[in-house]
Amino acid sequence: MTLLMGSLHLGLIYGLMALGIYITFRILNTPDLTTDGSFTLGMAVSATLTVAGYPAYGILLGILAGALAGVITGLLQTKLKIHPILSGILTMSGLYTINLFILGDRSNVSLLGASHLFSWAAALLPNAAGRDITRLALTLLLACGCFAALVWFFHTHLGLCIRAVGDNDDMVRASSINVDAIRILAIALSNACVAFSGAVAAQYQGFADISSGVGMMVVGLASVIIGEMFFGRRSVTIGLLSAVCGSLLYRLIIALALKSDFFPAYALKLVSALIVTIALSLPAVRGWLQLARVKKEANQHAGN
Amino acid sequence: MLVIDKAQKTFLQGMPNQRVALDSLSLTLAQGEFATMIGSNGAGKSTLFNAITGAFLLDSGRITVNGVDITWRPPHKRAFQIGYLFQDPMKGTAPHMTIVENLSLAYSRGRRSPLRPGVTKKDAAFFRTQLARFGMGLEDRLDAKVGLLSGGQRQALSLLMSTVAGPGLLLLDEHTAALDPVAAEKIMVLTKEIVQEQNLAAIMITHNIRQALAVGSRTIMLEDGRIALDISGEARKDMTPAALMQHYTPGTASKV
Ligand SMILES: Nc1ncnc2c1ncn2[C@@H]1O[C@H](COP(=O)(O)OP(=O)(O)OP(=O)(O)O)[C@@H](O)[C@H]1O
Ligand SMILES: [Mg+2]
Repeated sequence: MTLLMGSLHLGLIYGLMALGIYITFRILNTPDLTTDGSFTLGMAVSATLTVAGYPAYGILLGILAGALAGVITGLLQTKLKIHPILSGILTMSGLYTINLFILGDRSNVSLLGASHLFSWAAALLPNAAGRDITRLALTLLLACGCFAALVWFFHTHLGLCIRAVGDNDDMVRASSINVDAIRILAIALSNACVAFSGAVAAQYQGFADISSGVGMMVVGLASVIIGEMFFGRRSVTIGLLSAVCGSLLYRLIIALALKSDFFPAYALKLVSALIVTIALSLPAVRGWLQLARVKKEANQHAGN
Repeated sequence: MLVIDKAQKTFLQGMPNQRVALDSLSLTLAQGEFATMIGSNGAGKSTLFNAITGAFLLDSGRITVNGVDITWRPPHKRAFQIGYLFQDPMKGTAPHMTIVENLSLAYSRGRRSPLRPGVTKKDAAFFRTQLARFGMGLEDRLDAKVGLLSGGQRQALSLLMSTVAGPGLLLLDEHTAALDPVAAEKIMVLTKEIVQEQNLAAIMITHNIRQALAVGSRTIMLEDGRIALDISGEARKDMTPAALMQHYTPGTASKV
């Protein structure tokens, strides 16, 4: 029960990040490595403001900070014409310093004793079971809210522009739309989601750690890809939904694997990397198999 | 409508393989004038279009559209007044989006307020009537992904997308060259209709000499980045495809 509860929480919270990854990786068609930095950025801002007594502002400013990080990566990509992957890495590296600065030059900040969103939620109902429910309701509310807002957004004119830039930016330019501006906006939106995830995660787990963001990009990718295995790749709405569901599944799989001592906790990142590698290589492997089959058949015919 | 004044462009300036693609080229096109453009491979026809749409900036010279100097404008700002269509049907459309989404973007021309719905019922109804005249059944497939359409259908859609917002100037770069004869004919008929209806200024690049003389009211031949021939009216009426062939300077292709 606690395992399921924990996976639900983590799945939904990291689902926010999966939404962000989905925006850059699938909609914009440009993987963005800012993620690792902006996740920790959201966390650091949230934790620092929570300790100072402003947990709600922590979340809001965390989101804003993430968006700003995205704008920087976007500017590097579009205006300075730096390769998208390198742009993300540059911002991410720079953010490490910024994050340490925000955390007050400490690698870890604990929220022990500070009140935050989850302690507020828990205080709504007195008994332990009720507390679990209100806390889960809070996570659910945040995740569903973000999901719904994104679904709405990607059906507005601006959302349509972002999807088109990821599909054929020549066509967008021919439609008198500023491709660079749209690209920057999309990367900002993505990193806002990622930082949102980090900001909520900090308050949920009760601490912020400078290394929390390491490998987050791969975790998010794994979620998106697991989701796509079940939902396929269809519309944006289904895509966004599959990112959140993929995150839930990912957390459940990981929790089960950890519980059954299938692999130790420190193997998590390697396992995530393997999941992503296998999923992304499936089309190529399928191609080889098909080619091998066609060749074999052709040889048989030639032999006859 | 379109005034090009001494446009100059050299690619790979200062390199051993530098090439003058536009050589002090001047050209004026009136509103409603439909010109065809011919010339050997590498003559600079596509380069001229790219200069007009803003794919690169000129080394020197000016380009004016509708009295507005666009020489320094970025491509997306020029696109308000210029619709363009290329040989490759894939270039003009977003394959993973639906017909109605593609049309909505092209129709909005960046002027729709950003948070309004991207696709509205009213627009969809308008697109349906516009698509119906193509006679390709596209009007019943507004929610189909564009990637599923044939080359001819995609080119028809691109034609509608590039003209639906009333651009004023239409540039067509061998836009029927990749299509089968039936589809090509159909797109040609639609092109002529739309240009006439909207009274567009248009330039159509083609390698079909017969078409170059039959379509529109003016024929321009480009050679080595310069206008080698520019005929209209009587002179054009008297021109035969065979006589026009004589104007192609042999060997340009081998120089490239
Ligand atoms: N971006 C570029 N960089 C370098 N050279 C270029 C570039 N674009 C065009 N050129 C050169 O400019 C010359 C004119 O090319 P252009 O594509 O305009 O010819 P064209 O008249 O359209 O020919 P075609 O009939 O084959 O389409 C060619 O020699 C080409 O190699
Ligand atoms: Mg050309």
